[in-house]
Amino acid sequence: MKLDVLYFAWLRERIGLSQERIETSAATVADLVEELRAREDRYALAFSDLSAVRVAVDQDLTAFDAPLQDAREVAFFPPMTGG
Amino acid sequence: MPTVRVQEQPFELGAEVEAFAAGRTDMGAVVTFTGIVRDVAKSDLDVMEIEHYPGMTERAIGKIVDEAVTRWTLGDALVIHRFGRMGPGDRIMMVATAAPHRVDAFAAAEFLMDYLKSRAPFWKKEITSEGAGWVAATEEDEAALTRW
Repeated sequence: MKLDVLYFAWLRERIGLSQERIETSAATVADLVEELRAREDRYALAFSDLSAVRVAVDQDLTAFDAPLQDAREVAFFPPMTGG
Repeated sequence: MPTVRVQEQPFELGAEVEAFAAGRTDMGAVVTFTGIVRDVAKSDLDVMEIEHYPGMTERAIGKIVDEAVTRWTLGDALVIHRFGRMGPGDRIMMVATAAPHRVDAFAAAEFLMDYLKSRAPFWKKEITSEGAGWVAATEEDEAALTRW
């Protein structure tokens, strides 16, 4: 399956990309994180502490055990600081 | 009809408040909140840079506003949130609520603010003479959601 993966704030800076399209068979967000971590050090570093990372699937905030079936867009970012 | 605007350009607070709920003679209360860039860094804050997630931002704020409308008796609601570069004293965002009674207007405005802080995909970066750093979310911000 093809997925658009987006990174924001310090995740974007550490990985050095704001967006990429990847081919994956990951069943859940956690599986996808494992795939990304295994790619390169910059990904491993960005995802070293998942308590500092939030995830949205198709623009809805969700949990790391969320399934990726039919997902088109996954975004990783730090806790939000709006207002 | 509630309005959500996510924009880079500044907004005119007075004009927005004047236009908000204009002609709604059934609304006895209008509450507004304005968020302003504050210079709290040890060194001088030069610039605040706000990044957001286009698409999800509008969707997330829309859901928060919908929730407020179901919880309180509101005649109207407005959220304006800026992104991009701003300086100390600049307005970042505003919330306005109109209700027949002030209790609903105040509560809904506070609810919107609490949720916008930690459930709308914005990230603030402070750029000072000593460097740049992302503003960390606080436990207080997260804890504020439990009271609703």
